[in-house]
Amino acid sequence: MTESVRSTEAPAPAPEPGREPEGATPKRFDGARLALLWDRYGILGVLVLMVVLMAVIAPNFLTLSNGFNIARAASINAILAAGMTLVILTRGIDLSVGSNLAVCGVVSVLLWTSGAPAIVCVLGGILVGAVFGMVNGTLVAYLGLPAFIVTLGALTYLRGTAYSLTDGRPLIADDLGFRLLGDGLILGVPVPIVVMLLVYVTLWFLLARTRFGNEVYAIGGNPEAARLSGIKVKWTLTKVYVIAGACAGLAGVLFSARVVSGQPTAGESYELDAIAAVVLGGTSLMGGVGRVQGTLIGAMIMGVLSNGLLLMNVPFFYQLIVKGAVIVLAVAIDSLKHWKRT
Amino acid sequence: MNAPTSPPPLLRMARVSKSFPGVKALTDVTFDLRPGEVHALMGENGAGKSTLIKMLAGIHTPDEGSIEIDGRPVTIDSPNRSAELGIAVIHQELNTAPNMTVAQNLALGQEPRTAWGTLDRARMRRDAEAKLRRIGADVSPDTVIGRLSVGMQQMVEIARAVAQQARILVLDEPTAALSEAEAQRLLELVEELRESGMGLIYISHRMEEVYRLADRVSVFRDGHWIDTSDRADTTPESIVTRMVGRQLDDLYVHEPHEPGDVVLETRGLGDGAQVGPVDVRLRAGEVVGVAGLIGAGRTEFARLLFGAERARAGEIRMAGEPVRIRNPLDAVKLGIGLVPESRKEQALFLDLAVRENITVSGLGALSDLGVLRFGRIAELVRRQVESLNVRCSSPQQHVRNLSGGNQQKVVLARWLAVQPRVLLLDEPTRGVDIGAKHEIYKIIDRLAKEGVAVLMISSDLPEVLGISDRILVMRNGRLAGEFDHDEATEETVMLYATGVAGDGETDGVPDGRRAAVTKQGEAQ
Repeated sequence: MTESVRSTEAPAPAPEPGREPEGATPKRFDGARLALLWDRYGILGVLVLMVVLMAVIAPNFLTLSNGFNIARAASINAILAAGMTLVILTRGIDLSVGSNLAVCGVVSVLLWTSGAPAIVCVLGGILVGAVFGMVNGTLVAYLGLPAFIVTLGALTYLRGTAYSLTDGRPLIADDLGFRLLGDGLILGVPVPIVVMLLVYVTLWFLLARTRFGNEVYAIGGNPEAARLSGIKVKWTLTKVYVIAGACAGLAGVLFSARVVSGQPTAGESYELDAIAAVVLGGTSLMGGVGRVQGTLIGAMIMGVLSNGLLLMNVPFFYQLIVKGAVIVLAVAIDSLKHWKRT
Repeated sequence: MNAPTSPPPLLRMARVSKSFPGVKALTDVTFDLRPGEVHALMGENGAGKSTLIKMLAGIHTPDEGSIEIDGRPVTIDSPNRSAELGIAVIHQELNTAPNMTVAQNLALGQEPRTAWGTLDRARMRRDAEAKLRRIGADVSPDTVIGRLSVGMQQMVEIARAVAQQARILVLDEPTAALSEAEAQRLLELVEELRESGMGLIYISHRMEEVYRLADRVSVFRDGHWIDTSDRADTTPESIVTRMVGRQLDDLYVHEPHEPGDVVLETRGLGDGAQVGPVDVRLRAGEVVGVAGLIGAGRTEFARLLFGAERARAGEIRMAGEPVRIRNPLDAVKLGIGLVPESRKEQALFLDLAVRENITVSGLGALSDLGVLRFGRIAELVRRQVESLNVRCSSPQQHVRNLSGGNQQKVVLARWLAVQPRVLLLDEPTRGVDIGAKHEIYKIIDRLAKEGVAVLMISSDLPEVLGISDRILVMRNGRLAGEFDHDEATEETVMLYATGVAGDGETDGVPDGRRAAVTKQGEAQ
């Protein structure tokens, strides 16, 4: 065996990321570097910038209690968005989370009024959400139906379910046993914030540190390659929708605890806020790319925006315009990233 | 190098350079094209051919140097400008609107209108027929283009180029995805276009095509122009030597292996339609090559074995025991791996790191209760990257940024990491440069020595003959012949693949294919 052809590839220039390539002009180099920084930390920078801006404009913005206010108000959207991140990572979408939230919130209060202990009410609400997620996931994964259609249907029938469970009226329960989840404090921190952080730590762990997480990225990156690698694509996809459903269930329970009642109208159009937070956080709608940490920042940006507009006494109608523009901007950022890559 | 011709060449690129962040893609390249010639560009992947034609297509502009057409300097800063200058590029990835008809595609951007301003469908159809007739393409203008074979779609693109009075036609690996018969027609068309005075730039890795068509051959290596010579003054060996930059005396790796027991056996395996019944035995430690024409059912057979498609007939046995393979996961659990035909679409996760790409099939052993053990992962990835010589900046580098050969090594590493008993390779060296090819052959050889049964599908006949212990020939979804390493020749294998020889079942072989092969035989 001669070694004559072995190293034929060696003279080819092997670009090493992070090192200044000799042939590149300085201007291009700066652009690439900037792009990388933007990719990694851009959205965090946006959040910081917004906080600074708000602190200057509204003097009562930068206080601990207002910080808690923002995070507590954003926690429900953040929890929905956490589950949504997994779904979008697999190239899917879950439009039903807002309606699912309403059903689960109502169910948890119904359980309480029928005499169940608080812990059962909480777990029951989450379980119901997970079950509806399972239904979505099964239809998407095993029947191959488009996630958009499946969850659009669920958005409607779950809203109907929430109304029919309560005859269309709010279900007031002043003695709600788990209301601490809404207004309680743990070491001075509002409980919804603690719950939200727990959700994020859990999902971060799942995505970054487990086999399941690797498989989610693989499926989102290339479903056919995932299948041919021996990944149980359908089962993993189903689990993703179950997680999104469970997050909706948990958010529903928190919502009920906050308003001390079961509201069949809860969570309307929340799915869109959740999607916006995910995309703001840098997760690609094309799947396979994104992190749950980014979603948390995305949700906080939306929270700061709402809170800031409120403090600045911007009328509600204009608040909607600004929020809508932010959602469009988020998608524009997403497509810009793809444009850059090609 | 080449004597200056008295009239200015059709196209001249002088001292052209182009850099991308991190790579100098072209350095000081000089190149010219005369009317009525076919000028072949040869070079390994990454030699700079694609960059050069992208400049002609108006996708990239040169950093330095000049481009002249008919002796006049031009700037090609957009695809539109390129078309205005009479340049047409037929890319490897076709540029058609798949859901529209042939006529609509041919009229794209210049649709004829009636006096009312509405689309003049009748004229569009007539125009299309005329355009197709000019290049002798036998296609109905009403066919939806996505339903046509790749070869016919290519014809339509060429018809469009001719209709737009292109004077410079660039063909980038035009025969890569074509059947034998389609390829023959394309080559004939290229010859006709040359007669008509068009200048053609022809990129191909297939030496016989280059030798049949080219008037001149330019060799590129690592972004440098090496030389240009008349075809008559050069030999395939010398071209390859210049492409590689050194003597190429031992590309194929074959040391006879000592086959062990039968690891995998199929009996009457088939998909109930195009493939089967097929009886195959794979023994531990042997390399079995599968030759055949495109469409002979080789890929489909491998996918049946791997569970990527459900088998409808027959059985698979491993070590004598019948096994059920309903999906790829079953196959992986039984120790079967598949390196599929197109690595980007079917094997790789381009936006994930080398590490994740290598470990994806073996996560079970790399995790405890589903939690990844990064120590074990790092160790395994390091070992694979080292032993397969994967050139990456780190295991965290995205696979998208690797060269074709290194991407293929990542796919191989994925399977080596789970220590398979049977490895199915479908066109493992397609789109890989010669240096990496040699490395892949060495990996295959090493696997066989370690006792893995290797089944390698390849359309590169010298490759199949060069590295296989045993060669199976498939035709019409069945085995048409079987040869030992020593008794197989390109001619006999082709005869069996095309149905001229074999078990007498010549029915169903399209006449065009047989004719094409006969013609090729005559040419040799």
